[in-house]
Amino acid sequence: MDIEKLCRMANQIAANFAATGRDEAVASTAEHIWKFWDPRMKAEIYADDLSRLSPIAKAAIEKLKADAEAA
Amino acid sequence: MGYERQKDFGTPEVKSDEMVTLTIDGREVTVPAGTSVMRAAAEVGGDIPKLCATDNVKAFGSCRLCLVEIEGARGTPASCTTPVAAGMNVKTQTPRLEKLRKGVMELYISDHPLDCLTCSANNDCELQDQAANVGLRDVRYGYEGANHLGEATDTSNPYFDFDPSKCIVCSRCVRACSEVQGTFALTVDGRGFASMISAGQGVDDFLSSECVSCGACVQACPTATLQEKSVKQIGKPERSVITTCAYCGVGCAFRAEMRGEQLVRMVPWKDGKANHGHSCVKGRFAWGYANHKDRITKPMVRDSIDQPWREVSWEEAIGFAAERILKIKAEHGPRALGGITSSRCTNEETFLVQKLIRAGFGSNNTDTCARVCHSPTGFGLSTTFGTSAGTQNFDSAEKTDVFLVIGANPTDAHPVFGSRIKKRLRQGAKMIVVDPRRIDLVKSPHINAAHHLPLQPGTNVAVLTSISHVIVTEGLADEDFVRERCDWDEYQEWARFVSDEKHSPEFLEAVTKVPAETVREAARLFATGGNGAIYYGLGVTEHSQGSSTVMAIANLAMATGNIGREGVGVNPLRGQNNVQGACDMGSFPHELPGYRHISNADVRKQFEDDWGVTLDPEPGLRIPNMLDAAVDGSFKAIYIQGEDILQSDPDTHHVAAGLAAMDCVIVHDLFLNETANYAHVFLPGSTFLEKYGTFTNAERRVQPVRKVMEPANGYEDWEVTQLLANAIGCNWNYKHASEILDEIARLTPGFAGLNWDRVDANEQLQWPVNEKAPMGSPIMHVDGFVRGKGKFVITEYVPTDEKTGPRFPLLLTTGRILSQYNVGAQTRRTNNQVWHDEDVLEIHPTDAENRGLADGDWARLASRAGETTLRVKVTARVAPGVVYTTFHHPDTQANVVTTDNSDWATNCPEYKVTAVQVTPSNGPSEWQEEYADLTAMARRIESMEPAE
Repeated sequence: MDIEKLCRMANQIAANFAATGRDEAVASTAEHIWKFWDPRMKAEIYADDLSRLSPIAKAAIEKLKADAEAA
Repeated sequence: MGYERQKDFGTPEVKSDEMVTLTIDGREVTVPAGTSVMRAAAEVGGDIPKLCATDNVKAFGSCRLCLVEIEGARGTPASCTTPVAAGMNVKTQTPRLEKLRKGVMELYISDHPLDCLTCSANNDCELQDQAANVGLRDVRYGYEGANHLGEATDTSNPYFDFDPSKCIVCSRCVRACSEVQGTFALTVDGRGFASMISAGQGVDDFLSSECVSCGACVQACPTATLQEKSVKQIGKPERSVITTCAYCGVGCAFRAEMRGEQLVRMVPWKDGKANHGHSCVKGRFAWGYANHKDRITKPMVRDSIDQPWREVSWEEAIGFAAERILKIKAEHGPRALGGITSSRCTNEETFLVQKLIRAGFGSNNTDTCARVCHSPTGFGLSTTFGTSAGTQNFDSAEKTDVFLVIGANPTDAHPVFGSRIKKRLRQGAKMIVVDPRRIDLVKSPHINAAHHLPLQPGTNVAVLTSISHVIVTEGLADEDFVRERCDWDEYQEWARFVSDEKHSPEFLEAVTKVPAETVREAARLFATGGNGAIYYGLGVTEHSQGSSTVMAIANLAMATGNIGREGVGVNPLRGQNNVQGACDMGSFPHELPGYRHISNADVRKQFEDDWGVTLDPEPGLRIPNMLDAAVDGSFKAIYIQGEDILQSDPDTHHVAAGLAAMDCVIVHDLFLNETANYAHVFLPGSTFLEKYGTFTNAERRVQPVRKVMEPANGYEDWEVTQLLANAIGCNWNYKHASEILDEIARLTPGFAGLNWDRVDANEQLQWPVNEKAPMGSPIMHVDGFVRGKGKFVITEYVPTDEKTGPRFPLLLTTGRILSQYNVGAQTRRTNNQVWHDEDVLEIHPTDAENRGLADGDWARLASRAGETTLRVKVTARVAPGVVYTTFHHPDTQANVVTTDNSDWATNCPEYKVTAVQVTPSNGPSEWQEEYADLTAMARRIESMEPAE
């Protein structure tokens, strides 16, 4: 998968939740990606250094990654 | 059923709470007040002679054939224009009436050719019937005097002829054009004996006039004056079958009128609850593709796409496909496999394809073309209301006081409903149009929108938020409704958000390009003008903020209390016939039928128990993700039923790269479409005339599709899917589409009360149909939202990444036109080509002049994604800085230019905003030349060797 595109998608999701406040935006972004992304898309972005992500998107991916590792 | 004309009550049905009882020919009749005597008589089986009256237009009272006697009344009033009165005593047949009617008929017949035996309407002619009904035996006037018998026939329209020599100037056609269709293309030219029906201006024929070929005039004509060419060629139908149109999401019910297995004509069915007897040029006439020479009826295979196709038996083709699928599954796992269901196919076929992918392939990589049209509707309405569907039935529009149409062009894309809107506007309702183009609902004959907000493409959210700003800050919100029906805390948070000065029309005018005062006036009208209904289309969804726009629409409807009753609501206008159904049937990769997430173990268990498999609990790939994964090498095979993603999906170069990277592409379609250029297996499909099943229209109405002829390929589409499923190890044994519907009802709560018997009885129910709503649900969210409390969602305007600049200074937006449908696979293979045989680029006069372009010139249209060439049409319908084209023709490939930008929530492509440059050109683009070569190579077919 094209990591540039995945990062763009994650940033786009985060930007659309940003107005709800940081904590809610992080939770909503994480939930959205969890609900709609195929496993290989998730795996690809978990493996990235996340440097291309906005703060909200980055926090969301880190949360998802931690949840996945804990499961 | 055998052939009989649809019953005609003479005048329209009247709705009234007051009932009136009268006596007609000794029989007591009770009808709603305001009903005509003619209709009251027809209600009890009477048949008062008539010529100028028909029940889809208002009474006219001109033919003087329907005269009756009324006890205590003077003279012989026309029954069509005389309303019933309590205690009225009517005689419809007396010696006096008999004499009067014969006299009237004599005059008609004296200027009518007596060629009944060779007339195309012989035995299906109201004039002939009425002559018989009144007992006409001779005509005293002869033909020596002036007459119209030598008038020439106008054959210009590709589907019907106009023969004025047979015209009785009853003006039913004129009134149908005005009252039903709302085009006003026809008129009665001249006076007295010189009166003639005329299309357009004096110099026009039917083809050059404003006529939109909806067929209303042909249907209204009581003689052979306006007659389908197909009837002239084939003859009178011998039977008819009720079925549902396979074009747009209006879902018009038609009578397929047949001789043997030959379709003679499609006639809109008066009892169709979506269309009430009206039609458009596509459903009424554009069915010739069904027997077009381009249809492929034999399966074909090839090892690689540089080889010619090889015609093979069904057994070999299915075996070839199954072997490849099983090999890929063994080597790369089930998630390397996927498929695309079709919004043109039936619910049953769609359900079966997603079942094949989930239960047979073993992945959730199923998606549908709704991905590229209305997926944001599913997300947005599900989030705010709890249901992924529109809230109303079409009849609701009759109670609407203010329409807000945003990003939709109903008169072109949903013409039958467009006519309903226009009719309501002529009755006094108000219209607000939010669209970059000046569509017909802004201004056309007898239509003048109260407000047109010609926004900059990509700023829907900004406009809707500014409308909400006005409503909240000026105290126009319906807070009583919100307190009762919605989450009050969420509303307050949203109200604070929209009230911010940065969301005012004045602040956002720089972004939206819509004058602030226009926004304010439109907002006030919508909030205070009575029942407000919002209708929207792909101009809402196909944006980077498509889902946000849908939620902003839902916010607006809730804030103004416009949900839960007739006349209001949020109404997505679905592009294709079964978009709603395809979504309902679990086509999306993250949810099972009935919109339940795949991660829900309880729901998954229901399907696992029923299907006897274990389902993948993770969401699958969406179409754009499938293509990305194919390029990446992790997605290897796809089964595509009834979609042409190479032409319809954005960024054609990327689609082509994705398809080319796959090891097995199976296309199941009527024609060798563009996608098939990259296919290894071609499975011929069946048309909507060749199979049983159901379509669900934009109102959630589940309607029958009936087989009127045997499939040219030998199988209905669901049977082909079953063959493939069984070849990879499934053990399916459906004998009829009705058995699939039973399974759908068993597993999908909203469909629990549906079965084929009810569908076959033409109940035309709207889901949910279940224990709570056994007769269906015409209006949603009546007593409460499906999700409980309506949810207000904060929708911040986030500008698209697609920016104009020096290289690409214009914004391209794409759409469709009346005569063509989607990728044109069907309509391009009909005479609709007469109206639109190529995609053209609409450009504002200023932009054209700056580029040295004149009307009809070739132009190069280039974006960051690619380029193509097409002719320009210089018009002020588009604003300066905006250009517009359609995507109906593969030679143009408008999607070579569109980008892979998409909606943040659903990946629905941003078709409506592409930064482009337009320059003069003198030939096709490099892509077009290469693609023409590829197509020629990819469509070569070797004939099947004869069996030894």
